[in-house]
Amino acid sequence: MTRKQRRLSLIAGAGLVLASALGLVAYALNDQIVFFYAPSELAEKNIAPGSRIRLGGLVAEGSVKREKDGEVFFSITDTAQVVPVMYRGILPDLFREGQGVVAEGRMEPDGSFHADSVLAKHDENYMPREVADSLKSQGLWKHNQETATQ
Amino acid sequence: MSWMSGFSIAELGHYALVLALALSLIQSTVPLWGASARDNRLMRVGTVSTLIGFLYVTFAFGALTVAYINSDFSVANVWENSHSAKPLLFKISGVWGNHEGSMMLWVLILSLFGALVAAFGGNLPVTLKARVLAVQGWVATAFLLFILTTSNPFLRLTPAPGEGRDLNPILQDVGLAIHPPLLYLGYVGFSIVFSFAAAALIEGRVDAAWARWVRPWTLMAWIFLTLGIAMGSYWAYYELGWGGWWFWDPVENASFMPWLAGTALLHSAIVMEKRGALKIWTILLAILTFSLSLLGTFLVRSGVLTSVHAFATDPTRGVFILAILVLFIGGSLALFAWRAPELKQGGLFAPISREGALLYNNLFLVAATATVFAGTLYPLVLEALTKDKISVGAPFYNITFAPLMVPLLLAVPFGPMLAWKRGDLAAAAQRLLFAMVLAVVALVATLIIEGVQHPLAPLGIGLGIWLIAGAANEIIDRSGIGRMPLKTSWARFTGMPRTAFATALAHAGLGVTVIGIVATTTYQTETIVSVKPGESLETGGYTLTYQDSVPHTENNYREELYRFVVSRDGEALLAIAPAKRFYSTRQMSTTEAAIKTFWFSQLYVSIGDQHDDGSLTVRAYYKPLVTFIWLGAVLMAIGGTVSLSDRRFRIGVAKPARAKRLQEAKA
Repeated sequence: MTRKQRRLSLIAGAGLVLASALGLVAYALNDQIVFFYAPSELAEKNIAPGSRIRLGGLVAEGSVKREKDGEVFFSITDTAQVVPVMYRGILPDLFREGQGVVAEGRMEPDGSFHADSVLAKHDENYMPREVADSLKSQGLWKHNQETATQ
Repeated sequence: MSWMSGFSIAELGHYALVLALALSLIQSTVPLWGASARDNRLMRVGTVSTLIGFLYVTFAFGALTVAYINSDFSVANVWENSHSAKPLLFKISGVWGNHEGSMMLWVLILSLFGALVAAFGGNLPVTLKARVLAVQGWVATAFLLFILTTSNPFLRLTPAPGEGRDLNPILQDVGLAIHPPLLYLGYVGFSIVFSFAAAALIEGRVDAAWARWVRPWTLMAWIFLTLGIAMGSYWAYYELGWGGWWFWDPVENASFMPWLAGTALLHSAIVMEKRGALKIWTILLAILTFSLSLLGTFLVRSGVLTSVHAFATDPTRGVFILAILVLFIGGSLALFAWRAPELKQGGLFAPISREGALLYNNLFLVAATATVFAGTLYPLVLEALTKDKISVGAPFYNITFAPLMVPLLLAVPFGPMLAWKRGDLAAAAQRLLFAMVLAVVALVATLIIEGVQHPLAPLGIGLGIWLIAGAANEIIDRSGIGRMPLKTSWARFTGMPRTAFATALAHAGLGVTVIGIVATTTYQTETIVSVKPGESLETGGYTLTYQDSVPHTENNYREELYRFVVSRDGEALLAIAPAKRFYSTRQMSTTEAAIKTFWFSQLYVSIGDQHDDGSLTVRAYYKPLVTFIWLGAVLMAIGGTVSLSDRRFRIGVAKPARAKRLQEAKA
């Protein structure tokens, strides 16, 4: 092979690998990402049962019911709408009524939410960022909450 | 008068930081001028200002540390992140457990690397050394300005509060004492490689010697980054209480991207050093690696991850780092575009050759870096543009990152078996027969033991064994063990360069990590149940019997220890006590998992809620071979260290030759 042919085959090989990487990324971004919704957005958008989403808001006061077998029932609210949630497993340390939370899972046909994970990671304000943002956008963010932990 | 010393130390630290900035301005300019004017005295100014600047930064960092140790709450940063009842170790590690302090650590390590080149770079051509220090000075100037204008850790509070607000309890752990310094030594360490690349471009000359000078620095940074990432992963695993060891979280990706690019750089620099080829590409990789470190700093330190919203409302820090990012990445790429075409290319090679194999490695590593880059930035860009919030997690990377790793890992054992310039693939395959047989045996054995319900897992285990056996195969083959008389092969074995062992160790480490990942992900068992005292649960063949719970109080927290007896086949083995801690200052509780290691596997137990009737929700995992994940990384780092000890790369190796010449001249 001449120098030029070698260079061409090299560029072709590199192009092939990068193109397949790009293809994989495009496919995965189409298929494997999970959208975040607040309860009101959920009500608006009419999400099909079975699709995978993240649902975030506050844990409604008085809604938490723990069953013996590790099942937990609670509701997530953004004060405008309420979505009942079923989860099986151990809740994060900071899970409390009135606290912000993000649950990931699927919508059931009856409009309830079946969570398979409840977010345990928090930022330094102990509030999942999507929840903080959606509370802020609805004017529910208490300013003292923000400054108290800065 | 501890109050007096407390009063002055923060101001002295602040002052030292300002002086360090002034020195870094000298470091950024004078040696450049000296290098173009060929003036040795001016170039020496670069060395001296770098060393003194490092002393000032160290002093400033020390001053902040003293404020933490003395619990001087008149310093706002100490008040926000410390507490007088905290153990000494966590008072010290609290220095970098917050934004301002961690930027101080960043700059400390940056100037440390500059100082190392200034002190030990005597074997470099004087103009190259001067230019390297100058570029390092630019980076230092930018970040010192950033600290002084937006993130000053020495701000005072009047009146001084009586007690601090304590460090986030999750961070009160030995992990925090070790993880950030290691990580920063790694990804800030790549700054020196960047400086070498920029200096070479300014110089307009890059040759094999350049690669030999740069390789020890690349290796050093890479070793620390490897350990830092592994340490961070293990810390998250035991601290967060649910046994996950990698989350594809943007903060993790921020350090993983420079690691991938740095690994590629490590390999391409070999080609450049040995064969004089891939020069331009290696320079570009050096720039990209540190650019990714800068990107990581931007992601973690600008607040953009915490909230795109918060970033928009208080953008001072974010915009400042973004400006640094644009300036350095844009500037260095512009310099690259301008000067790189002038560099002479050298070293032809066939596609099937050692060079070809290393290039193949680079291609896949860079493509993999690109997928992580896309997965990390896409959600941020999408949210900024459309307000849609998405999360990109493991499923994304399983489809993008993993498929790119398979062809790369399959090829790893072939690399060292191929000759430079023109290799013979069939011959290499023949020599790798031993490794292939072992890999297939491992695959079949896994299939027989674990069954076919996870068809990909045996392939993964086989791949891991292929890497380990391939590494051993290389050593056996080169030393001629089994083919030659023992004495000959021993002589060949001891005569091999250390880099050969380094390669084998690092590649085997990769295999060990792969096995750990595959085994844990596929074959772990998870049990979540409620138990009352006296009741048992079972996971992975171990029986855990809940005894009782006892309270325990420490200075800054109180905890409830839940005692269990672990038994197997009816025989009691040991007692464990996972706990729930409550930190009163921050009103926060944390879960302390109990982890027991059996050979290389672990039993992982954490506690959920306690119910009114005395029953307790328990989450217990059996994680087979989970420690392989981190042991493999440690092996890789050991491989790096062995390579660093190779005679070729010893810093200052040119000195004896020069001394000899001098002697001859005298004689």
